[in-house]
Amino acid sequence: MNTLFGEKKAKAEKMVFKSVDEYPEAPITLGTTLSNFTGDWRTFMPVIDESKCIKCYICWKFCPEPAIYIKEDGYTAVDYDYCKGCGICANECPTKAISMVREEK
Amino acid sequence: MPKKVVSGNYAAAYAAKHARVEVVAAYPITPQTSIIEKIAEFIANGEVENLQYVPVESEHSAMAACIGASATGARAFTATSAQGLALMHEMLHWAAGARLPIVMVDVNRAMAPPWSVWDDQTDSLAQRDTGWLQFYAENNQEVYDGVLMAFKIAEHEKVNLPVMVVESAFILSHTYDVVDMPEQEEIDEFLPPRKPLYTLTDFENPFSVGALGTPADYYEFRYKIAKAMEEAKKVIKEVGKEYGERFGRDYSQMIELYKTDDAEIVFMGMGSLMGTVKEAVDMLRSEGYKVGAAKVRWFRPFPKEELYELAKNVEGIAVLDRNFSFGQEGILFNEAKGVLYNTDAKPIMKNYIVGLGGRDLTVNDVKTIAKNMREIIQKGKLDREIEWYHLKR
Repeated sequence: MNTLFGEKKAKAEKMVFKSVDEYPEAPITLGTTLSNFTGDWRTFMPVIDESKCIKCYICWKFCPEPAIYIKEDGYTAVDYDYCKGCGICANECPTKAISMVREEK
Repeated sequence: MPKKVVSGNYAAAYAAKHARVEVVAAYPITPQTSIIEKIAEFIANGEVENLQYVPVESEHSAMAACIGASATGARAFTATSAQGLALMHEMLHWAAGARLPIVMVDVNRAMAPPWSVWDDQTDSLAQRDTGWLQFYAENNQEVYDGVLMAFKIAEHEKVNLPVMVVESAFILSHTYDVVDMPEQEEIDEFLPPRKPLYTLTDFENPFSVGALGTPADYYEFRYKIAKAMEEAKKVIKEVGKEYGERFGRDYSQMIELYKTDDAEIVFMGMGSLMGTVKEAVDMLRSEGYKVGAAKVRWFRPFPKEELYELAKNVEGIAVLDRNFSFGQEGILFNEAKGVLYNTDAKPIMKNYIVGLGGRDLTVNDVKTIAKNMREIIQKGKLDREIEWYHLKR
């Protein structure tokens, strides 16, 4: 895959602390913010309908996180570990291929 | 032990030099200016090695530079006053939150308007919730000792929090006095090089400081700071005791008690005004008053336990506040009264607002306050809770 278009971010372990003693003394995040998953902020999740997608990559360009990446087959996909559900992709998509669906938690 | 005749500001500068600080970032503001002038002089004269002075364009940047320096493991120092400290406010939270043992000297100065350069404690007390430890110096010697101890306490493995050493504008900052300064080798033994909690220059293991803390994690980091503040009480007493053993001046008490053993009335306050109060206590004792003084050295962490021990045996406490929290009362009074509420000690407490904006508090004023307190205790009832002592009526 051409890396110019970006790939899904490297997978990092999410840091989970069970008790206050497990936390580091200072608020430092190991391995930068990769392990700081922000996807759980979401209320609505973008769902891409590939039958309507024309591979224009406007959603990929507009994603502020960036949580949209391009798959091997050229279609875009959402990295739900980091997508905050802002809906910009759905708003910008010229063919209305992306719909925002309320997430069941 | 070498002695020098120095101003409070020079005492602070010498202490920073003797603590072997590596980075100083500061912006000049009256009456703090001569601290950083002196440090610049040390650098210009080649009297210090390995000390970087960072010229900045504001106090906000000064603290930001200290935070950056401290995060790489350097020993960082700054100094400021009043409006400058207020401009640092946002950064003060960053320093404490990231657990960086920066030491700062704040020269207590009244907040404007009206524009004022004179003494008033409201500037530093307004920063009480930022997570900084606060030490209030009574004289130039305590400014010097306070800065040296501050580094040792701040960098202690159980603390890792920044410390503010507070001195009075002009009363200390520009007044010359004899200050005992130990030999550099003795200080190096007392204050070894810093062992940082983390260093941002660890390029093999990159990490981010102060990254996002979601509701799932933020809370625990606040608790860690609260716990470190509690631990700091023990560390302060240990370091204060060690300082006494090494250099002859004991700081093991967070509240310095002066003739309080059989005292009925105790004057409580912070900073330089307590020198006047001690003088007045001596005079009042010779006139038959059973009075004593309790000088609060450490305002954060607040010495709850020591205050309770003191309050158990006295009838009245006159809290002298050179500060005021608008809409409530003097800040030290507010804290002290709050501490005693859930205890069995219930002395009569009265708040005297004194010396705001540099107005003199004299020995005679303290005598007047003692007479007023004695009347209150005899009646067993407060005339008024807060008294604006100097008010022109």
